[in-house]
Amino acid sequence: MRAAAPGSIRRRLLLQLLGGAAVLSVLLYLSVRGVSRSAVEQTQDSILGAATIAVAEQLRGTDEGVDIDIPYTAFSMLGAVGQDRVFYRIIVDGADLTGYADLPAPDDAPPGLNPLFYSRPYQQALVRLAAVNRPVIAGGHTAQVQVIVGQTRSAQEAIVADMAWRAAALGLGFFALAALLAVLTTRSVVRPLDRLAGALGRRGPQDLRPVTQPVPVELAPLTAALNGFIARLSGALKRTETFIAEAAHHIRTPLATLRARAEIALRQTQDEATRASLREVIRAVDDSARAAGQLLEHAAVVYRSDQRAEAPLDLAALLRDIGQSYAPAADMADVALAVSVPDSAVMLTADRLLVETALRNLVDNAIKYSGPDGRVEMGLGVAQGRATIRIADRGRGLSGASLADLTGRFRRGRNVEDVVGSGLGLTIVQEVARAQRGRFTLRERDGGGSCAELTLPLD
Amino acid sequence: MRRTDLAAGLRRLCLALLAAAALARPAAALTLEEETLFPGTPGGPVLTVLSTTDTAIFQPLVVAFQARRPDITLRYQVAGSQEVFAAVHDGATEADLVISSAMDLQMKLANDGFAAPHHAAETAALPPWARWRDQLFAVAQEPVVLIVDRRALGGLAVPRTRAALTALLRDHPDKFRGRIGTYDPVRSGAGYLFATQDARQSDSFWRLAEVMGALAPRLYASSATMIADLRAGRLALAYNVLGSYAASSLPPAGDVQIIELQDFTHILLRTALIPRTAPTPDLAAAFLDFLLSNTGQQLMAQKAGLPAIDEAALAADQSLRPIRLDPGLLVYLDPLKRRRFLAEWSAALRQP
Repeated sequence: MRAAAPGSIRRRLLLQLLGGAAVLSVLLYLSVRGVSRSAVEQTQDSILGAATIAVAEQLRGTDEGVDIDIPYTAFSMLGAVGQDRVFYRIIVDGADLTGYADLPAPDDAPPGLNPLFYSRPYQQALVRLAAVNRPVIAGGHTAQVQVIVGQTRSAQEAIVADMAWRAAALGLGFFALAALLAVLTTRSVVRPLDRLAGALGRRGPQDLRPVTQPVPVELAPLTAALNGFIARLSGALKRTETFIAEAAHHIRTPLATLRARAEIALRQTQDEATRASLREVIRAVDDSARAAGQLLEHAAVVYRSDQRAEAPLDLAALLRDIGQSYAPAADMADVALAVSVPDSAVMLTADRLLVETALRNLVDNAIKYSGPDGRVEMGLGVAQGRATIRIADRGRGLSGASLADLTGRFRRGRNVEDVVGSGLGLTIVQEVARAQRGRFTLRERDGGGSCAELTLPLD
Repeated sequence: MRRTDLAAGLRRLCLALLAAAALARPAAALTLEEETLFPGTPGGPVLTVLSTTDTAIFQPLVVAFQARRPDITLRYQVAGSQEVFAAVHDGATEADLVISSAMDLQMKLANDGFAAPHHAAETAALPPWARWRDQLFAVAQEPVVLIVDRRALGGLAVPRTRAALTALLRDHPDKFRGRIGTYDPVRSGAGYLFATQDARQSDSFWRLAEVMGALAPRLYASSATMIADLRAGRLALAYNVLGSYAASSLPPAGDVQIIELQDFTHILLRTALIPRTAPTPDLAAAFLDFLLSNTGQQLMAQKAGLPAIDEAALAADQSLRPIRLDPGLLVYLDPLKRRRFLAEWSAALRQP
């Protein structure tokens, strides 16, 4: 059993069950011992009483006085249970007739014809005694005869001690059984909690599916509340992303109009100061449009991360397509774009839109940050069940910024003030890598430039 | 219960006979019949054994014990069972171990708290009927038998039960008149014990006593004298004799036959106890454990002629009944009970 933390349900339950079992075991021991002791005592007393009465029955009145023929069986039966010492005394009208004259007599008169039982120390032992009174007509008058028979109680003590051992063994056995049951009960009670906690603990950070684990009725309110919370959370997230997407969309359209107007105005005016202002406007508009576009992409990626449309995808073909689609942009920027992919298909199961968005962001970045006469290399390698897409440039590099620095939302490197960018590109790549259970790294290249690697698991 | 002839031969062999020593001891009520010193290492411890069994019978056991414990000097005292009882009861002996064939008296000593407890593997191995508490232990079991001189029967069938014996005596009074021997329960403690146990066991005892009474029986105080008279031809049969004495003093294939009656044959237990007043109870315990050990029991049967404690032998023969070591034995020691029994016995045996 695992060590229970303070305040653990498991420990509290176990301790309470064990405590209850211990109390019951002790009660069982005490009651069995008590009952057996009184039963043995009663049995011994009745044998002693029977022996005493058997002796008293043999009292005879004669002309000379009281006579008695002590029956052999009366004493013999006292030896039947165990080997105890036996004493007797017969008193006629206060004078000893026979027996042990110093054997203690009872303080009170025995009731009627029944024996009176009492215990006294005698001859270095505690002796149990029974006394009966019998009137005997002898020598013309009625004599009061008292018969006392006593017996040590070592056999009884032995039986009681034996019973006590048995009772103790019974109590211990009972406790051991109860402890075992307590452990099993605790386990079965805590198991659904463990299962629920385990299921929730294994979830990824993006996993906002409702909890469908079967749980006992007592836990149903908890899971219902949890599911309600999850639903509200994911609803809030979706609304946020939708808001961003719609906002970006609503911003992009007027920006496009603004840019077109600004370009027309630029063509129409000859005033250099006005033209410079207009170029600033166009540049600002481009910046905003790009930011809005990437916000939209980011929102789409985040949304699709939760609800991916997985399908077989040929990475090689995808890279070739992207290479072709970026060829004009590379030409315009005087950047050589080299695509080297295997001829054969590299198949994996993924959301094409997510992967394509990530790769476009990487290629776009590489072209953007390569100066004129730069060179961007796109490569695809397969090793150990993973496909690695490598996009390398000879641009300005990372200036020591770490990946974590660059993949935060709206974070940009310190050396890119002159280039249009929103700070969302690498964030999007990172989100995609996480959603596709892949890995994204970005490092400086030897000899300048940077190298981005997106590794995705193959089927 | 003496075997004076054997004991007389032994006396010459013994290194020291200290009969006179009794006089030199502090005033004691105990009168010894024999006292023999078996010396061990000089200056070693002294173990005193007070017994009703003749020295000659116990000598092989003492010698074997001293072979194991040569340091111990053993003083072996012999006295009658009543004297032994009185000495322990009144504190008039410094014996470390008391061995007696009077089961009832030994039982009374133990019951009245004069015996010290003793625990050992040897005593624990005794069958339950052969010990009482941890104080009284049987060292030998001796059947109480009928001895018949076949010459006296004159071709009549040897009786195997008390009923057959009664019928035999009743039908042929002339053959047995004045030639029946039995214990006198008035004088002999063993005779009293046998008679009371017989009476307790069966009514046939009283019929037998009445028939014997009509034939002028001779009453004895010891088995030895009874057997001697039987060998001498003065008796035709002896009833209630200790079988061990008979077996060792009769020729194995003579005309005298030892009979264990089949209706029941009592087994007397020769018992030992360590008095509370024993000066060296550990030596007594060592000797007692030796007597109860396998070696001791073998010597007891082979050299001393006293049958070893043997539960299997009793189980094999249903008619053998050991006299039980239980408080019932105290009953016949009650003075009123004794007076009543002896009166009844006399009435049956001494008919007008």
